[in-house]
Amino acid sequence: MTAMEATLEVPVTTSVEPTHVPHKKLVIMAWSGDLDKIWPTFILGTTGAAMGMETTIFFTFWGLFPLVRNDVHITGENWMQKMMSMMNRGGTEHLGLSKMNFAGAGPAMMKKLAEEHGVASPNELLEVARDLGVHLVPCQMTMDLLGLTKEDLIDGLEEPAGATTALLEAQDAVTMFI
Amino acid sequence: MSDTITRTLDLKGLSCPMPIAKTAQALRDLQVGDLIESLATDPGSVPDFKAWCTSTGHELVEQTEDAGVYRFLIRKTR
Repeated sequence: MTAMEATLEVPVTTSVEPTHVPHKKLVIMAWSGDLDKIWPTFILGTTGAAMGMETTIFFTFWGLFPLVRNDVHITGENWMQKMMSMMNRGGTEHLGLSKMNFAGAGPAMMKKLAEEHGVASPNELLEVARDLGVHLVPCQMTMDLLGLTKEDLIDGLEEPAGATTALLEAQDAVTMFI
Repeated sequence: MSDTITRTLDLKGLSCPMPIAKTAQALRDLQVGDLIESLATDPGSVPDFKAWCTSTGHELVEQTEDAGVYRFLIRKTR
């Protein structure tokens, strides 16, 4: 029997009402430090928690920089890490757009528009996310690679962890890579 | 079960996801059976409150609209 025939023999379910089984967990891999990616990450994370989903966001590579404290200028231990942080300053208030950045003019316009339309800023969303119990997990490897210390990062984060922890969480969760 | 509204949230002018997020935050302090009233102007909150109630199991008792203000009456069920 071919695979196609086997598929056709699968009995058709006869339930009338579609049973709604919502996922109870949400995992977001935040890989990008772009404002227009971290923003939806925080929106979805906050919403997931508001919906009662156990929500975890893993911050890795450039995605870790939004968690750098806004008052920290230069991070890193050696000259390469320091130089990278100078070209890519961390903190929610210093993020650029993935397109139409125009040396910071784009983000400024985006923030102005957001304010006019009642769209909460990444900072506000982060605050609500933490209040609703979203687990914010920094990637340990990224911290080592880019020379970021716990002191460079904002308060209220989980202990840094690795890919295995992220994938274990993701096994029974709705998972997004943003 | 009371028909008195325990808490009213003014969420007018706020955009997604804040009407939902702030309702969820406020609901934590309420008792099961309590009614909460959320007032929003974001048209997206109409499908979103419905979806949120479906997901959380809280009961959307009433949903009305008056001059661009959406009113959601929700009963905390758990």
